[in-house]
Amino acid sequence: MSVEVKLPTMLRAAADGAPSATVDGSTVGEVLRSLESAHPGLAGQLLTGDGSLHKFVNVYLNDDDVRYLDRLDTAVRAGDVVSILPAVAGGSL
Amino acid sequence: MSELARDDVASLVLTQSQLDEVVAACLRAVPDEGCGLVAGDPMTGVVRRVYPTRNAAGSSRVYTVDPLDHLRAERDAEASGSSVIGVFHSHTHTDPYPSPTDVDQAPDPTWHYVIVSLRLEAASLRSYRIAGGVVTEEAVVVTD
Repeated sequence: MSVEVKLPTMLRAAADGAPSATVDGSTVGEVLRSLESAHPGLAGQLLTGDGSLHKFVNVYLNDDDVRYLDRLDTAVRAGDVVSILPAVAGGSL
Repeated sequence: MSELARDDVASLVLTQSQLDEVVAACLRAVPDEGCGLVAGDPMTGVVRRVYPTRNAAGSSRVYTVDPLDHLRAERDAEASGSSVIGVFHSHTHTDPYPSPTDVDQAPDPTWHYVIVSLRLEAASLRSYRIAGGVVTEEAVVVTD
């Protein structure tokens, strides 16, 4: 099924400048892999070489962080919105 | 084209009350580092809204913008026709210059990176661009 994926500004250039993309998938992992297939410039920025979620990326399914659901195995339904956000961190160290 | 225009932005433009909001959020977080996001126009650097966020790291030396607060800020900014264009955080005991951690972890080269130093009695605020590990200070223009 199709779900909308909202992209952070840093990833939009790799997706033709669009703020979101509509891709197919029945799990969050399938959605992210579909997104990488549709926009090869995103490859490696979301998923690591072993297929897990990159630690500097937060992925939300609607209002929930997928790390607290079933991670990449989390099921998605038609009408769900997947949001990708960069982890924003730093400090005085 | 848009990338070039963005790179040409050499300043962050905010109102005095927005600046006060940034500093107040940092002071409220003491002894921890305070943090938040700013939304506005990516082409001009004009801030439309300040979003204080929780520091998920809960630390006086590092910060992590709470991801759920980030999500809410993104949604609110989008609904009002703007976008998140930068992040602010405080250095509670050091000068307002990006640390190696700030540079290593800067997520987006198009963002404005605002640092508020609370080291002295009067807070000081600076803004930077961080791209490819290179830090460039930019002007902060305060309007009425």
